Amino acid sequence: MRLLTHNMLASNARGASTGYPLKLQVVKWTTKEAEPNADFLRGMLPKLDWAALVAATHSLGLPGLLPESPPTDAELSADGAADDEGSALRRLHRALLEIHIEEGTLVCPDTERCFPISKGVPNMLLHEDEVRN
Amino acid sequence: MWYLCVFYHRLLDYRRPEVQSLAELFGGPGAGDAVEWRLPENHHVDSPFHLVRLPGDERLAAQIANRSLLVKGIYELWGQGTTYEELEKSVMEYPEERKLPYLTPESTFKIVVDSFGKVISFQEQNEIMKSLTYIPFKGRVNLKKPDHKFFVMETDDYGCNNGLPPVAQRTIFFGREVGAADRHLLPTYQLKSRKYIGPTAMDAEMAFLMANQGLARPGKLVYDPFVGTGSILVAAAHFGAMTMGADIDIRVVRDGRGPDCNIWSNFEQYKLPEPLCVLRADNNVPPWRPGLKEIFDAIICDPPYGVRAGGRKSGGRKLLKGTVAPYTVPDEKRGNHIPSTAPYSLAECVHDLLHLAARMLVMGGRLVFFYPVIREDGIANPAKYPEHPCFKLIASCEQILSMRYSRVLLTMVKVGPYTEEVEKEAEQWHREFRENHHKWMEEGNLHSAVFSPAEQAADGKPAIDRDSKPKYRGKTFHLFANAEDEPPRSDQGSAKFRGFNTG
Repeated sequence: MRLLTHNMLASNARGASTGYPLKLQVVKWTTKEAEPNADFLRGMLPKLDWAALVAATHSLGLPGLLPESPPTDAELSADGAADDEGSALRRLHRALLEIHIEEGTLVCPDTERCFPISKGVPNMLLHEDEVRN
Repeated sequence: MWYLCVFYHRLLDYRRPEVQSLAELFGGPGAGDAVEWRLPENHHVDSPFHLVRLPGDERLAAQIANRSLLVKGIYELWGQGTTYEELEKSVMEYPEERKLPYLTPESTFKIVVDSFGKVISFQEQNEIMKSLTYIPFKGRVNLKKPDHKFFVMETDDYGCNNGLPPVAQRTIFFGREVGAADRHLLPTYQLKSRKYIGPTAMDAEMAFLMANQGLARPGKLVYDPFVGTGSILVAAAHFGAMTMGADIDIRVVRDGRGPDCNIWSNFEQYKLPEPLCVLRADNNVPPWRPGLKEIFDAIICDPPYGVRAGGRKSGGRKLLKGTVAPYTVPDEKRGNHIPSTAPYSLAECVHDLLHLAARMLVMGGRLVFFYPVIREDGIANPAKYPEHPCFKLIASCEQILSMRYSRVLLTMVKVGPYTEEVEKEAEQWHREFRENHHKWMEEGNLHSAVFSPAEQAADGKPAIDRDSKPKYRGKTFHLFANAEDEPPRSDQGSAKFRGFNTG
């Protein structure tokens, strides 16, 4: 599971008010390199919950990876950003797309319900007694 | 400019929508609607020969043809006739300035003689080519990699063409190829050589057609909420799109058949970027955070409608009917507990899909999905398709699966933003839809309509005589009416259709 996915998910169990952001408890994570796509990242930027993304990088022990406030569209489309390791584009790309959480747990902030992540697949399915009617 | 567009003679309903979708993809917003069609004289709408006007230059035509699956070729038509004499006259009348740039001495060329509904022997082909001396070819012949390819295409003048209504007169076309489909990717992606497939894996050709309808391309995000073994996302990823998928069955998405045979291995097999995310979730109770919307560029899927695989959703059957209280999972078992699921009716499944798409698609984003239709009396029941105030239906392509039922690929475009008022309106539409279609959309009904034994007529013979089954299974057609009109799907049309095949 990438942090992009983490940014999109919430607990929908009964008793959760917003169920968001899910706390991230990581047992195992890896990095897989991928080709950055500036258009995709620029399109995704306004849809992200930046604070939750930054918090997620902190829980992985990567406090310096992302700045506290989101980069601007201009920063992402700056010339040579794709080749510069330290550019805003590459850091966002790394945070959103290159970090893979293999094993761990997503914890609902309201109910403490744990959603396991196993083999990189988060299991968001609810138990019978948790579905809202 | 008008071109001759020749299709492969298959998936007839899918051909024009594919070209229009690709025009939109390469030509920009509005280009798909700007495509115009005509039919050659005396040709039926199901004929492989169509005339198309594309909103752009020859490059657009080439891009469309090269990416498509069903376009055999797009040609600049230099002439046509019912005899070779007429063809010569027509080609001679075609403006010199359009022809000469492709006949220069520096260029290489090749001539192909092709036919539809008949076989032309090698000898006849040679004679046809020799008869083209009135065209001043100056270049050298190169059969392997010519700069310019010219086609002579002939239709037959007798009987019926592959089950199509007869063309009253034979037509011969001569044209220069602008672009052609690359169907080589079909053997590469065919399911029989794919590592991980399931019983409902989408056929490679259809998956590519769906990805084309969904305008999959680099920088776009495609989501499949019923991902299964990922067969639709593989096609979208081939065209460069980012992909995401979800499924309710954890075994399918997480484990597959082992460490080298799962969703991920399907992407590895074709050296495609793996999906951004595969998650286990229930479309009925989607796990998206509050406020998240307009994030996918396309949602492409084959929802479970209970014929080959039934849909499931969270909550047991008895639980949902209220006859039992929810099973309380003991704390020590919560970790490995497998929650029970209940059948998911088609109506509910489609409702949830439209709701998901209305919220999560960007404006102008596309929802592409299959929808089952019961065929009555060999004719698709013109059932009303599901609707949503945020969406406009732009294509419905029928694929006939059996005497009993078809599936229709629906392509919808998001034309209105998703708001609370819209949501209320959508609920109302859904209730009406469900009431009108209650009978067959209930759980299990579609399955029994497809699989129940054939009805017996009074004399003990099956009511459907399989031997008289028409070979031609396209739309109903009219023999003498104006071929430009779309044939009506009426009982009257059906009578004509039968009359032709048995008479």
